Amino acid sequence: MYVAVKGGERAIENAHAWLAEERRGNTDIAELGIAQIREQLSLAVNRVMAEGSLYDPDLAALAIKQARGDLIEAIFLIRAYRTTLPRFGASEPVDTGAMACDRRISATFKDLPGGQVLGPTFDYTHRLLDFKLAADGDVPEAPARAAETGDVPHVTGFLNREGLIEEARHDDTPPRDLTREPLEMPADRPLRLQALTRADEGFTLGLAYSTQRGYGRNHAFVGELRIGAVPVEMDIPELGFAIEIGEVTLTECETVNQFTGSKTEPPQFTRGYGLVFGQTERKAISMALVDRALRWEELGEDNVGAPAQDAEFVLYHADNIQATGFLEHIKLPHYVDFQSELELVRKLRREAGVDQVQEAAE
Amino acid sequence: MKDTSDQSNFRKAWMSLLAKAPEGRAAALLDGAMARPAFTWLRAPEIGSTMVRARAGATGAPFNLGEMTVTRCALTLDTGEVGHAYIQGRRKEDAQTAALIDALMQTEVSQELRTSVLEPLEAEMTTAKAARAAKAAATKVDFFTMVRGED
Repeated sequence: MYVAVKGGERAIENAHAWLAEERRGNTDIAELGIAQIREQLSLAVNRVMAEGSLYDPDLAALAIKQARGDLIEAIFLIRAYRTTLPRFGASEPVDTGAMACDRRISATFKDLPGGQVLGPTFDYTHRLLDFKLAADGDVPEAPARAAETGDVPHVTGFLNREGLIEEARHDDTPPRDLTREPLEMPADRPLRLQALTRADEGFTLGLAYSTQRGYGRNHAFVGELRIGAVPVEMDIPELGFAIEIGEVTLTECETVNQFTGSKTEPPQFTRGYGLVFGQTERKAISMALVDRALRWEELGEDNVGAPAQDAEFVLYHADNIQATGFLEHIKLPHYVDFQSELELVRKLRREAGVDQVQEAAE
Repeated sequence: MKDTSDQSNFRKAWMSLLAKAPEGRAAALLDGAMARPAFTWLRAPEIGSTMVRARAGATGAPFNLGEMTVTRCALTLDTGEVGHAYIQGRRKEDAQTAALIDALMQTEVSQELRTSVLEPLEAEMTTAKAARAAKAAATKVDFFTMVRGED
């Protein structure tokens, strides 16, 4: 139990003053601007928006600066800020089929209509440190080529035409919202997806990797991975119609997994789904694998006792703010608790005759 | 009825454009075109959020993806037209500009605004999008499957 203590105000003030000084670092070095973080550390910004569950690149950049680059601390700041905002409403579900794709690849079809578009990727780089970046320098303009216009169809759509893959059937049930009510089991798929899209990247990656290594194996291929901007449309009650209120960059991953079938339905591929704010590819793929593993019951698979199949385990431990809140609170004063533990251990030692043995030795 | 729905389609188009305009850009175009008229706030600019939804498997059941920041406001011109704005981000100045343009688009200066504000804004945003799409197109690849050994 945490027990409130008094005192230490001066020490706390001084600690925070020193924190501000350490955050700034050596003043001979130019200070980082929010715009620099937003533009040049954009993947960190994207992670903070995804796990902070608030799309606002400037706020995420500010949080990263304030947190001295500690991304979980930055996510904490964003989550805290988010609770102060009045909610104007919910958007129409975004149409990822209408995405302006920066990147769109498939590991299952090499000749997919619309083509394989690599985009600004780390893939195929040699992972050698580039010392040119240590010196200032202009970046040459990236090459351009005439682009096709029009929507880029989803890869799963092609498989669907042949009936080879399960359909994601249209449904308009309003989803439960874990920011408005406690996350309670059993969690349906929409609620699981909400929890997974804001889940800790490392935790989600570890779980996804465990399914690949055999703990709830489901043979995932990346059917499609796409990154790009989609418009967000919301119904405006004052107007009586919907308008686009902005645009968000998303990463979407659809996996194609091994078959299921039944007496009534022939064998077909199954799907996992990942969709995350920003360019957040590792997270989106991880989310799709974990989503698929959690669907074991609905798809009539065996529960092999794998961690990634256990919705309660996954969803109750995936949130890094809940996790770090509980973990880090044990460093706060627990003097009263500890005092009683001390007394207990002394009593037990007395009962075990330890003190007498020591006294005899002396 | 048809006129009304055409009118709201036009309005939807300009409001959507203004919501996505780069910071300060609509204001610069508006101020270059005309003096701002007097107005009264119906709702002063307010920062809040919208829960962005998506669909499982892109086409299935909706789920809550996360929130985005939004600024909204409403105002009325002295001549009675009401302008609304709902724009992405925390941008009170831009929300005011967007609401003013929305109101003015319902007056006799609408054609002037269309040519001096909306059309240039749309052209700039289309150019920026096309530049990005062209860079993406330059990274389009053809994979060749290598012949595998028979065994």
